Amino acid sequence: MADFFAFFIPWEFSWLVQIAIWGSLWLYWRGLKASTKRPGFGSRLAFIVGLLLIYLVTQTRFDYWSQYMFFVHRGQHLILHHMAPFLIALSMPAAVFAAGLPVTVKAWFRQRTLLRGWLLSIYAFLQHPAIACLLFVGLIYFWLTPSIHFDAMLNLRLYWLMNWSMALDGLLFWWLMLQRGQPGITPRLNYGLRILLLVAIMPPQIILGARLAFSKQVWFDVYAVCGRAWPLAPLTDQQLGGLLTWIPAAMMSVIAALVLLRFMLQASSHNLPINASKQATLP
Amino acid sequence: MRPLQLTIMMATVLLLSACQSDYDWHGKDISGLMPDLAFELTDEDGNSVTAEAYTDDVILMYFGFTYCPDICPTALAKLAAAVRKLPDAVQQRTRILFVSVDPDRDTPARLNEYTAAFDPRMIGLTGTQKQLQALTRRYRITYGYEQPNSDGNYNVSHSSAIFAFDRQQQVRLLQRDDLAVQQLYEDILQLSTL
Repeated sequence: MADFFAFFIPWEFSWLVQIAIWGSLWLYWRGLKASTKRPGFGSRLAFIVGLLLIYLVTQTRFDYWSQYMFFVHRGQHLILHHMAPFLIALSMPAAVFAAGLPVTVKAWFRQRTLLRGWLLSIYAFLQHPAIACLLFVGLIYFWLTPSIHFDAMLNLRLYWLMNWSMALDGLLFWWLMLQRGQPGITPRLNYGLRILLLVAIMPPQIILGARLAFSKQVWFDVYAVCGRAWPLAPLTDQQLGGLLTWIPAAMMSVIAALVLLRFMLQASSHNLPINASKQATLP
Repeated sequence: MRPLQLTIMMATVLLLSACQSDYDWHGKDISGLMPDLAFELTDEDGNSVTAEAYTDDVILMYFGFTYCPDICPTALAKLAAAVRKLPDAVQQRTRILFVSVDPDRDTPARLNEYTAAFDPRMIGLTGTQKQLQALTRRYRITYGYEQPNSDGNYNVSHSSAIFAFDRQQQVRLLQRDDLAVQQLYEDILQLSTL
């Protein structure tokens, strides 16, 4: 029992994560109360589970294991970059958030046309299909570059930067993939193009994961340098990490493609245009 | 001088000073990345000891356990060999601290016997789990235990690196265990001049 509670003590407490998670939940709850058209039970559940998953892998004992065991670290990134943002994006919480924002904040933001313009153009750039895919795969490769990985695991600031970048990029990518309905700030890409992009990000992840899983050499000595959370052969640790980078990560593309197919079927059965937006898909 | 010119000049000076590295280490320079030496542990004689006991010495700190089959003895033997190459005066001011993260089995007496086999300048330290966790966490490292087998033996995971501190007890280097004796020696010699 004591162990159970000990699990929930954050290894590295972060105000930023605490505020981001609980703040988002609070805003979402406010939004639900204020909105007339509430999202369904499934959407609400996906949103909350997604947020709690991020909390669980960053603000509990899980974070300790992630720092001192390579394969747990890969699991942490699988959740931060693939699963949790997927669930959050699937729930399309933007409208609820907008409804939940205090009026004063909305008014303040509406007046800042310059700031809004800047943010929107940065967002549009990041959500260009090619940039989004490049970032998604590039970040995985970047943080798994042995020398960079070494420093990120040794330095707490870099470690947080790594995890934040993975979570935020995951949100950007899955947001772009799973947007549907009325046109908004996020481009509504053609469903066919989205499936193409989802397929395109698979091979680089499979190649990296398989190389890790089949390598006879240890790539990341930082886990030996810092000590592992428990005795485990370095190559076994790396093989498990490689498998996590390879199979479930690539599977998320397949799951997303299935979800998109369902959206397409729903759209056609409702006799709606498949591409909700008339504004071009590719900028 | 105009502000722009001044800024460019200052930036250039800063950049140049940043590029100019004073020493060419074999180990990884971690000065500034981690805090200075501080601990409260028990020494080989069973006495409580803090980092202050070793002020004015170059300190090479290594974490392990005496039942360690290969990693610890290899690293410690190399470290001892590197220290023995140093000039006498420098040797006198150099300490190898072997911190055992297996206090259940590594009693002060056992540590005393173990370190004496390597070098007289090597000191065995250990402590309570709380003390050991405070020290390992300070340097972002950890350790863990395997389930004991039927004979009561178990393996311990631990850091494989040597943490090197200068005489002011500021952290300087992280030396991986694949460094050669000569490389360790050169780094320690350079550390002693700081």
